[in-house]
Amino acid sequence: MSEMSKIVKTISNIAFPLVLIFGLYVIAHGHLTPGGGFQGGAVVASACAMILVAYGSVWTMKKIKEKHLSLFESVGAIGFIGLAFLGLLFGLVFFKNFLLGEGLIFSEIGQGLSNINTAGVLPLMNFAVGLKVIAGLFAIILVMAYATNKLKGGEN
Amino acid sequence: MIYNIPYFAVAALILIGLYAVVFKRNLIKIVIGITLIESGVNLFLITLGFRENSVAPIHTAGTTEKTLMSLPVPQALTLTSIVIGVAVLALMLSLVIHIYRHYGTLDVRKIKEVDE
Amino acid sequence: MDFLATLVNHSPALIIAVPLLGAFLTPLIGKINGKVRNVFVILVVACTSFLIALLAYNVFTNGALSADAVTNNIQTYVFGAKDIGTPAVRIAFEVDAMNAFMALIAAILPLAAVVYSWAFMKDETGQDKYYTLILLMTAGMLGMMLTGDMFNFFVFLEITSIATAALIAFRIDQKYSVQAAFKYIVISSIGALFVLFAVALFYGQYNALNMAVIGDSIKYTMLDKIALVLLIASLALKTGIAPMHMWLPEAYGRAPSSVTVVIIGTTLGSLYAMFRMIFTVYGKHIWDLGKTMALQLPQLLGILLVALAILTIILGVFMALKQSDLKKMIGFAAVAEIGYMLLAVGSAIATISLNESGVTVMTSAGQMALKGGIFHVLNDALDVGLLFLVAGAVYFAAKETSLNKLGGLARNMKYTTVFFLIGLFAVSGLPPLNGFASKLMIYESTYAINPILSIAAILCSILLLATFVKVFHSVFLGPKIPKFSNVKEVPKSMLIGMAIIAVIIIFIGLFPNLIVENIVKPASEALMNYGLYLGGI
Repeated sequence: MSEMSKIVKTISNIAFPLVLIFGLYVIAHGHLTPGGGFQGGAVVASACAMILVAYGSVWTMKKIKEKHLSLFESVGAIGFIGLAFLGLLFGLVFFKNFLLGEGLIFSEIGQGLSNINTAGVLPLMNFAVGLKVIAGLFAIILVMAYATNKLKGGEN
Repeated sequence: MIYNIPYFAVAALILIGLYAVVFKRNLIKIVIGITLIESGVNLFLITLGFRENSVAPIHTAGTTEKTLMSLPVPQALTLTSIVIGVAVLALMLSLVIHIYRHYGTLDVRKIKEVDE
Repeated sequence: MDFLATLVNHSPALIIAVPLLGAFLTPLIGKINGKVRNVFVILVVACTSFLIALLAYNVFTNGALSADAVTNNIQTYVFGAKDIGTPAVRIAFEVDAMNAFMALIAAILPLAAVVYSWAFMKDETGQDKYYTLILLMTAGMLGMMLTGDMFNFFVFLEITSIATAALIAFRIDQKYSVQAAFKYIVISSIGALFVLFAVALFYGQYNALNMAVIGDSIKYTMLDKIALVLLIASLALKTGIAPMHMWLPEAYGRAPSSVTVVIIGTTLGSLYAMFRMIFTVYGKHIWDLGKTMALQLPQLLGILLVALAILTIILGVFMALKQSDLKKMIGFAAVAEIGYMLLAVGSAIATISLNESGVTVMTSAGQMALKGGIFHVLNDALDVGLLFLVAGAVYFAAKETSLNKLGGLARNMKYTTVFFLIGLFAVSGLPPLNGFASKLMIYESTYAINPILSIAAILCSILLLATFVKVFHSVFLGPKIPKFSNVKEVPKSMLIGMAIIAVIIIFIGLFPNLIVENIVKPASEALMNYGLYLGGI
């Protein structure tokens, strides 16, 4: 697909960091508010799709190669399974929440019902899943743009 | 009675989705039909967790032990189902792209030929 | 040893986690070297098979390796904490003898497949993704067979079907593979969505997702009847029972052969799930006929399943006669064999009734039918798997799968011919191979229940033998065709893959009593004593 006009590019330049921050907020607060790994990852992936539509697929595919995205995806997945295995080592059951209320970083500071750092393993798993979802969804959209490019005979 | 309307919507969505999968000729319409069935089942899962006069199941400053909350488990089930639906949809659309590249048409009747 | 006991205690989780970790590490290792990745994948699958063997040994002998994990031949594993909490909120894997039996089948098939695909896939591109998807399929299949939670079963079912569809379309330059994969994903996705609908019906009524908890508190309301119908229909669609069998020969025939061997395992996982639903989740209405309102349920269910099974066998055998493509023909034979399994178990269900003293019994013919059906699951997986591996070897050597064009291959491919002969005799039920043992049990028991079923089954088995003899003659014997005069024998790793399955077939064929007494009988007992499963939670 070809690139769009300068107005669209400028606005998407402004909007991209805002959507990115919002998506990371949704991922990070997944245990307190509605959200979590998949929802936040889908938000960030839609911001990346906005960049793809605004700048055209040729430019985007020059900047981001698919094998880098595959590396991110593997790192996210290994992080998730690694945290589950660590639960096996430290807590004697698979997937156990072994960081719940332990040590100085993860215990309650101050008062309140639930803070951002007392849920143990959950925010870390949210980040791992979010990274995997961002890389995965963006790779799907990129590959489909590439495939439809080839389908039309590669008009640009 | 008004709280039963989502169930009628579920039935309507599933029936329309089944009609699209069985009777339509375009491959993309078949894929849309499957998405409709999946939306219907997700709506059914979410509607099961509703309780009257309930709030969202998150502990904030205004909630106590006795606040009536809607069930959080169907929300987790629906989220998992939506993720699975996205993956299946992406796979089906990639296969449709490949079929179009081989056969040149998206009509199911022309693709369904006997080999050899 | 203490280490072994710890391993066995955690083995239900490790059996799922080790292939998953392997699947996520494979793309990273594949960037280094191709051979290292192949060895890594074979190591992961061998490790999984070893863990499954440990788990099965522990469950069958009621705690020989780790006594505190097993009570009453059932091993339970809760994710995230030590026990399941009140009310039962955590996901639990509950492994009894039937689960262990199915997991043993799922241990052998991927091992043969990845050893076989070392040489089979050597010249293809995209091998990283192939090995990743095969490991994902293995993890999903094992999760389907070990889980005790209904929504977890749906998730693993979908994981397996997505990975399978991606692998069926592996050769995207051939147009029939992509078309077969699309048919498979559409039909399988509709089936899985209706399973989810039934799970939602259960959750809405009983506020529980665990199979044992639902089985404990199930009543026979109208919604339960709807859920039963939906579950049986969707799981029959996923297993390939007529009249929902159309996707199966195409999917089996157009996938690469090593993938087909693992797909056989997943379809048998859906068949196991159907039995688990009928015998355990609805166990109160099948086995306690004195206290339930569903007085006619075993008879109705049994007659329905037997009718579907006879239709499957007849359709499978007659469609196999007129095929001209080698792998599609073996696919139709696989459909017929699934019909045999369902015939045995369906006729076993139909014999459950109340006797005079108010106790619900299954007649002894029914019990033998149940054992024969379960034994046939194991035998059929191995036989049809071996036949598909041989068909893949023929395709690798001669690049051709049409029966009209093949011929005279026995001169150059001696070992492959021998393996095909073993597979042929095993599928048709000739002694001394394993097909004979299970088919004899099925014939004897269904004859005692209704003679017509047994006669139809024997006739179709004879027709199947005739079909395969014709195929053997036309592919391997016969005059030499000049186009194939310089085909060589297939590489060693493919022969080793086929030999793994062939050795197990011959072993089961020579000592069927050993297998029936130690492995099949506890499995069928576990299905009959549903109360033990309910007490595991």
